Amino acid sequence: METYYQSYGVVLAVLIAGVALVAVAFGAAALLAPRRPLPAKLATYECGMDPVGEGWSQTQIRYYIFGFLFVIFDVESVFLFPWARVFEGLGMTAVVEMAIFIGILALGLVYAWRKGVLRWV
Amino acid sequence: MIRLPLVLLFSAALFSIGVYGVLARRNAVMVLMAIELMLNAVNVNLVGFSQLWRDLAGQVFALFVIAVAAAEVGIGLAIVLLIYRNRETIDLSEVSLLKW
Amino acid sequence: MRVELAPIAPELLLVGAGIAVLLGGVLARRADPLAHLAVSLAGVAGAAAASVMLWSREGATALAGAVAVDRFGVVARLVLLGVAALALLLAHHTLARDGELRPEVPALILFATAGMTLLAVSADLVTTFVALEVLSLSLYVLTGSSRRLVSLEGAMKYFLLGAFSTAFFLYGVAMAYGATGTTSLGGIAHALAGRTETPALALVAMALLAVGFGFKVSAAPFHMWTPDAYQGAPTAVTAFMSAGTKVAAFAALLRVLDVALQPLGWDWGPVVAGLAAVSVVVGSVLAIAQTDVKRMLAYSSVAHAGFVLIGATAPGAPGIDAALFYLLAYALMIVGAFGVVSLVSQGERGTSLEDHAGLYRRSPVLAGLFALFLLSLAGIPPTAGFIAKVSVFRAAVEAGHWWLALVGVLASVVAAFAYIRLMVLMYMREPVGHREPDPSPVPRLVLAIPAAGTLLLGVLPGLVTDVLGKAAVLRW
Repeated sequence: METYYQSYGVVLAVLIAGVALVAVAFGAAALLAPRRPLPAKLATYECGMDPVGEGWSQTQIRYYIFGFLFVIFDVESVFLFPWARVFEGLGMTAVVEMAIFIGILALGLVYAWRKGVLRWV
Repeated sequence: MIRLPLVLLFSAALFSIGVYGVLARRNAVMVLMAIELMLNAVNVNLVGFSQLWRDLAGQVFALFVIAVAAAEVGIGLAIVLLIYRNRETIDLSEVSLLKW
Repeated sequence: MRVELAPIAPELLLVGAGIAVLLGGVLARRADPLAHLAVSLAGVAGAAAASVMLWSREGATALAGAVAVDRFGVVARLVLLGVAALALLLAHHTLARDGELRPEVPALILFATAGMTLLAVSADLVTTFVALEVLSLSLYVLTGSSRRLVSLEGAMKYFLLGAFSTAFFLYGVAMAYGATGTTSLGGIAHALAGRTETPALALVAMALLAVGFGFKVSAAPFHMWTPDAYQGAPTAVTAFMSAGTKVAAFAALLRVLDVALQPLGWDWGPVVAGLAAVSVVVGSVLAIAQTDVKRMLAYSSVAHAGFVLIGATAPGAPGIDAALFYLLAYALMIVGAFGVVSLVSQGERGTSLEDHAGLYRRSPVLAGLFALFLLSLAGIPPTAGFIAKVSVFRAAVEAGHWWLALVGVLASVVAAFAYIRLMVLMYMREPVGHREPDPSPVPRLVLAIPAAGTLLLGVLPGLVTDVLGKAAVLRW
């Protein structure tokens, strides 16, 4: 029975250590840090020029779709690398499978194209 | 050669920072980034354990996590964007038509 | 090397139909929603046929251990496909009425269904993860598909908490991999069974997986997203996700508990029992406090997750049998209940309790259907909900968790209050305002299917017990 509870003990000890670490860090900060709230502290930059307008309005939203499509296709290509490493040993099956994978991705691109998101407006 | 406990500690710290970010941040984009941190903590873990067991499955799993995380961020950003267009805010405490 | 595709043929058909609908919507000159519906239903029917073909193949796993081929998987898939078919029909009607029908909706329902059925048969945690994400990502988008602000807000909360829970789930998978060196369910069980002492890593993995699954099945205390997502989503979508996600996630949870973590049965038993007790109590009590029917049904779904968990505390075949029957009954009645709400309400309006006052005067058929589903949700005979509750309680008592059954019975009594109050409103009160429910007969016919199922299972549960008994054995 002792060995049975031992692993629970390990989990519990790690949990307590973790909670204690955060509690001590935040507790010490709360106790030691002086607190003088000023409106200036909430500004984006405490010194220098005051920011004008919203940070959000500066990004063109039309970049978003392109960026998104790029990220998706870029990340999907990660599956090509392990495939390229081993496909010699797997023969035709691997080639066909990868063709299907890329085919489905291409269909996704067709969908995006027909939806008109590839046009620069 | 980095020793496994260090890898696990690093991953646990990354995960905890992510959890803290999700719970403490009020900006939806920041919450998304915190979730990304958590997913990357998982990747670190998987690669570390893959070293331990001398088994490639863990690294392949990490690739899956990366791919899915990208899709997830895409959808998350799209939702945030639609809300911003409607409401001009992405502060989570202001988005509260539905009571929590 | 030959790849055996029959074990995942249902998913391939669903995804194929989904892609066809998606591309048909943008490539065809004039998008015809009826054609999309026909293609979607054909895909679902084909997937159902392909799953039935797997009934006689009592194999172990296929595709290098990625998916299980067993009768449990066949039954779970059929339940999910039935839910998908009903949801497609409902969504087609109600979204067209509200002017929100786009070809993406049936396509996403098909993708989500593919994720659900794959989740129900996954025999490897990698498959579980991918399937879980396919279903979740589709549902996030479906939740926000109507562009109304409530809908977007529900989608955002669902997304943020869903992604948060996925991270916990993944961390748990990584820990399980670290403890055993494999991600296949059978392999994990094998590695854990050989040990005399439980490794701490496996315990952490168990806890994190419980959190991840707890979110997906909306068990308390991980249920915070449920009311918001259910209320925000278009009602037909809510019907789909409330039934589908729960069935699929529970199928995967049962596999993880009864296969991979079976050697840790003594460790997860109390955890599942605790989650079950908290869920039934929280869900039942909070359901009473709601003023919106969709939110009330959402909290009731939290309570029902608890009831399924009560069944799951019984290890092995009896527990799986009871949980499977409960899931089948739950799918029928919750699809029906949300289906009625989708006809009474329009868009985001008309979902409050007040809007259902005097429903009997306006539409006796809808009121009758709703009353049947509510009685079943409350667990009153002669409905499927009653038999389902009895079977999970019996499984729990036989496994020695009589206190859990007691908590379950008490919670059902409390929850019954919420359902009965709504029925009193529908039958005893005069209508408020002048909102008329949807008059068209086709969706009523669609809702007759779950209604017939609810009654039939309540009167003659013997019809399915034989099939479910054969399906209650997990192979991996």
